[in-house]
Amino acid sequence: MDKDKMARQFTEAIPHARALAMQIDHLGDGVAEMSMPYDARFIGDPDTGVIHGGAVSALLDTCCGASVVCHPASKGGTATIGLRIDYMRAATPGQRIRTRAECYHVTRSVAFVRATAMDDDSDRPVASATGTFTVEGGA
Amino acid sequence: MSEGSFVKPRGGRPEPVQVVKQRRDAALNALVHGVPYIKYLGIEFDRRGDELTAVLPFDDKLIGNPLLPALHGGVTAAFLEVTAIIGLSWASLWEEIETGRIDTQTLVAGNLPRLPKTIDFTVDYLRTGLPRDAYARAKVNRSGRRYASVHVEAWQDNRARAFAQATGHFLMPRLDG
Repeated sequence: MDKDKMARQFTEAIPHARALAMQIDHLGDGVAEMSMPYDARFIGDPDTGVIHGGAVSALLDTCCGASVVCHPASKGGTATIGLRIDYMRAATPGQRIRTRAECYHVTRSVAFVRATAMDDDSDRPVASATGTFTVEGGA
Repeated sequence: MSEGSFVKPRGGRPEPVQVVKQRRDAALNALVHGVPYIKYLGIEFDRRGDELTAVLPFDDKLIGNPLLPALHGGVTAAFLEVTAIIGLSWASLWEEIETGRIDTQTLVAGNLPRLPKTIDFTVDYLRTGLPRDAYARAKVNRSGRRYASVHVEAWQDNRARAFAQATGHFLMPRLDG
């Protein structure tokens, strides 16, 4: 409950997450699911209307951070150390982008995360990410 | 150094510097302002000859941590990726514009070349992004017919103290359409 509340506040207090209308869909122990609506302002390819990779990166980064914050070993906020994103295909214009991040390992100082981004066709991911994040309040 | 001194004469006498600058700036503007997401983030490009510097003016909506406050890591990633894509596209476009193979008028009219597509992008966060303007420059490591590798560095007050850097691979647009 407290972790849930903390992670929700963490995301809702982020101006850039609000600006992109990001929403938390699910939070568990070290797991976060977030999504954002299609928006013409975030188009990267004017010919096709496909969302810019940077907007997908922003959602993946936020979702990864949320999964770190709601990991049982986390005591506070976090910051990204490194993030790699693979773009497998263009997201279908008009569809919501959904991401799922899993914080699969935490040390005293570093949290390791992997994440996937999808549109309505969840069998074919749009992008995948792996990241490392700081662990705050660690001993 | 004056920009005109770089200009290869197009059929005899060198072109007046204003004509050259106008053509280059028009091409760059068409490239940058055709993308809604670049406009949304407020990114502009400074041009000196063929060198581009991306500028991200600070705005409240770019904040990721309101307590510090700090730029959102996703904004930093997006800024680096935009810089890489435009830098790469500009480098390949430059030759076309200078030799006259691409007519600036058709660019300005909205017939933009297809942009490179990101294959992968790896961001290295070095320092907290402060709540102030950020700058970035891209370096094309290699640009082949199909694939390209680009490195980007972003800094704020001090050019020598980058707050983030990234390397990415890109799929080049097919020349046959």
